[in-house]
Amino acid sequence: MNGTPAPPARPAPDLWEELVTAALLGTERRTPPVSAPGREAPVALLDAAAEATVRRRAGLRPASVPAARRPEPAPDDPRPALPAAAARRLATLLADRPGAGVGRRGTAPDLMELLPQWLATANAHGYAAPAHLLPALLDAARGRTDLRPAALRFAGTRGLWLARLNPDWRFALRATPGGGSALPDSGDTEGTGRLWQEGLFAERVALLSALRARDPRTARELLASTWATERAEDRLMFLDSLRTGLGPDDEPFLEQALGDRSRNVRATAAELLSALPGSALAARMAVRAGSCVAVDHTFGTPTLVVEAPHECDAGMERDGVVAKAPAGRGERSWWLGQLVEAAPLGAWPARLGGRTPEQIVALPVADDWQGELHAAWCRAAVRQRDAAWARALLGSPSAPEAGGPGAVSLAERAKLLATLGAGDRAEWVAGFIAVHGLSEAFQLLGVCAVPWAPPLGRAVVDALNIARDAGSYPWSFSGVMGLAERCLDPAEAGRLDALLAVPDEPEDASPGAGGYWAEAFQRLVTTLRLRAAMTEELAARPPGEATPAPPCGSPPAQA
Amino acid sequence: MTEHGVRWSAEQVLALAPDAASREAGSRLGAAGPWSETGSSADGTVWGLCKGGGSGPYRTVVDTADASGLACACTCPSRKVPCKHALGLLLLWAEGDGAVPRGEPPAWAVQGRKGREERAAERRTTGAEGSSSGTADPEAARRRAERRAERITAGATELEQRLADLLRGGLAAAEQAGYELWEETAARMVDAQAPGLAARVRELGAIPGSGPGWQVRLLEECALLHLLDQGWLGRERLPQELAATVRSRVGLPGAAQGPPVRDRWLVLAQYDTADAKLTTRRIWLYGTASRRTALLLSYGAAGRAPELALPVGLALDAEVSAYPGAAGRVALGERFAPPAPAGTRPEGVTTAEAAARYGEALRADPWLESVPVTLERVVPVPDGDSWQLADADEDTALPLTPVARSRPGLWRLVALSGGAPVKVFGECGHRGFTPLTAWPRGEGEAVPLY
Repeated sequence: MNGTPAPPARPAPDLWEELVTAALLGTERRTPPVSAPGREAPVALLDAAAEATVRRRAGLRPASVPAARRPEPAPDDPRPALPAAAARRLATLLADRPGAGVGRRGTAPDLMELLPQWLATANAHGYAAPAHLLPALLDAARGRTDLRPAALRFAGTRGLWLARLNPDWRFALRATPGGGSALPDSGDTEGTGRLWQEGLFAERVALLSALRARDPRTARELLASTWATERAEDRLMFLDSLRTGLGPDDEPFLEQALGDRSRNVRATAAELLSALPGSALAARMAVRAGSCVAVDHTFGTPTLVVEAPHECDAGMERDGVVAKAPAGRGERSWWLGQLVEAAPLGAWPARLGGRTPEQIVALPVADDWQGELHAAWCRAAVRQRDAAWARALLGSPSAPEAGGPGAVSLAERAKLLATLGAGDRAEWVAGFIAVHGLSEAFQLLGVCAVPWAPPLGRAVVDALNIARDAGSYPWSFSGVMGLAERCLDPAEAGRLDALLAVPDEPEDASPGAGGYWAEAFQRLVTTLRLRAAMTEELAARPPGEATPAPPCGSPPAQA
Repeated sequence: MTEHGVRWSAEQVLALAPDAASREAGSRLGAAGPWSETGSSADGTVWGLCKGGGSGPYRTVVDTADASGLACACTCPSRKVPCKHALGLLLLWAEGDGAVPRGEPPAWAVQGRKGREERAAERRTTGAEGSSSGTADPEAARRRAERRAERITAGATELEQRLADLLRGGLAAAEQAGYELWEETAARMVDAQAPGLAARVRELGAIPGSGPGWQVRLLEECALLHLLDQGWLGRERLPQELAATVRSRVGLPGAAQGPPVRDRWLVLAQYDTADAKLTTRRIWLYGTASRRTALLLSYGAAGRAPELALPVGLALDAEVSAYPGAAGRVALGERFAPPAPAGTRPEGVTTAEAAARYGEALRADPWLESVPVTLERVVPVPDGDSWQLADADEDTALPLTPVARSRPGLWRLVALSGGAPVKVFGECGHRGFTPLTAWPRGEGEAVPLY
């Protein structure tokens, strides 16, 4: 502006370079390429540099981009858009980052914990994720592996497209079949064969698992085609993937694997066969186990007598029985446990005088064998997913021994419960809580279907109420409280209103406990209301879809 | 009049949070649990009682239609504006009638509002008196201004000397001289009552540590500072507009004396920058009728959010008046209705037109870092470690500025685009383009990228 114009003969970039050089070295050492009458050398340099700077800036033009660098557009997501309220809710849930809430949460709900439920419901409705929330969603899934399957399903094709562009989200490519190196289509026999022959171990496991879920027979045949040449560790992993879609057709292959060189492969094959009650191995085990257990009528009441095996012969070992007992266990009871565990439960009523599972479990067992025998039946019921036996072994939830550590541990009970239908499960756990309270209930509640059935919900709320009246602090029950916030039916919120007030403190109560309980119940109610609102928002039809979708085949309405 | 009491979206509410901690605390309070006696009135007042740590509940009142921006009153001790209770209450309100029903404000909520209105009225009158008392003794005011101009002239002359010394010895030596040299010079400029010069000098001090190419950037900035000194020293010979720009760049306060322009102003973007002493909030507005882009500035002392807060994507029917100078800064005048969803988007240009616009703007203000501009149809394209915004229909692209490529907003933009063209508002300057807001194809609300 005020500066002296640079000599016009010079090309500008050249002049600029020279100005920079002179400025760096200093005008004492390097004479600047410009001069002006009456101006000192540094001032003349600054004059020229100012003009050049403004000229350079004013002359900036966009660069040209080769078309090849442009990313391939993300595939269209055909799913309907989220209702606006639900999209806002998701933004709020994702904004609640873990780590922010240090200390007591007070009455505010734990939003991050509601994300799994929100995602499950949104996925059930089949909504598409709002594009601008994908980064926050992928970040959340990056931090919490348990969120990944639902989050990635919701993120959909655009989420995957995005994850390819950011190394932070590489997990999404690994976690999604076809995300990294794409798995061949179901019809692509040649591609499948090539990947199986040439792929890395992880790719081959992913291929086999995916194929097994889609088409069990083809997967098994693919595995059999290279079985003899696989390494022992790999054989074990591959065999494990046959758990999915296990059926009678797999028996010949598994029988053959019983003769494997690797003991671990043999054991896994035997375990899989024993889960097939109709298999030859199961029949052999039924005979072996049956010969060990009998009903004795010599005493007044019928009693089960157990004669544990005296040896572990080659046939037993071939069928997966491990001969060497762990330290501290008797060999014979160790073998018995394995035989009973692997024997089909359906064979016992015929062997034991036509009794039902309940009657069999109720029989007294001679000589302290009850623990060993019942524990083995529990493992068999879980492995064979036999609800009738599981129910018999669980017994009555209100039985006094159910509360303590009996023959059946809490962990085993949780596993047995998992074999029952949702209604039966909830009813049993409700009965358990009604009699034994909440202190042992956490693990059992974890296997109950969400939202909790009304009797179960009522049992939990009643038990919490009793715990409060007993004067303890609510954080002794924070595990169950947290579960209740996520699992209690939101419709129960109304019944909790009476619990929100701060009660008069009984003399023996912990100081201040009443206030903390009121706070905890308030958080519970708030969370339930929030969950109800979440569900409602997701159920709302997005604008423009006020009418039911047209049946397939008819043209979609013009927007 | 626009429709009254339009509820905002949760994102718009969360965008008002002064910092991340408040955003999180506010989100957690955005549920019915701790709240009672909530309500909202037709004139845009929202109120509620929030159970807090203390003995009684906090009384929170938010006026979403206040003329001076979002007005919050809360009995909590927090100095943040808005506080977490105000944010939580607004989130609850954003959910709909279920959580915060319509109603008549209770006495305590009305009181808060009245008090604020009275104080605002007082401010207006004292402000008017203040300026009239200024004009009461024009001779004294003129003398004060002259004294200050003399000081600035002395400062600018000294600065010229220092720059000349620097260039005589070479910029390479400046790397060794370090921060102190600049800090000391900046302090001299503060003494000279030229805060604009002081800020520029302080920024010079940071350049030697700013990575490859610092020598070129240091020469550029030294030269522009020299240009500003020269502009001040020769201001009498400059055209009136340019002289006003020089005055405002040097740091002389100007009053927003431009004629009031009434329009439906769409809030394009709002973002804060903070240093140790000051938080500066920039709010870009777009006149839907005038098609003019204007900048509102609001300041907060260290750690406090500036008071003015406007949610991105809403439009307000209001008057603004321009400050002197070419930077597009305005002051918000009377507001005629609460902010309401706009439904319109700014008109955009190509990347080439955006770059040309910056070049043209330099003519009026050579110290301009960037201009606000909307790109009509651009696609984010990866470019090594960074990204570019490429025209959908041409083979040209603008690079992102270094600051933009490290922000999470970049990924929101990439996700929103999905490789297809989107409309993007941002700042286009010599260091590249900084995206601030994007609009999806088809329907959809504005997505803040800051």
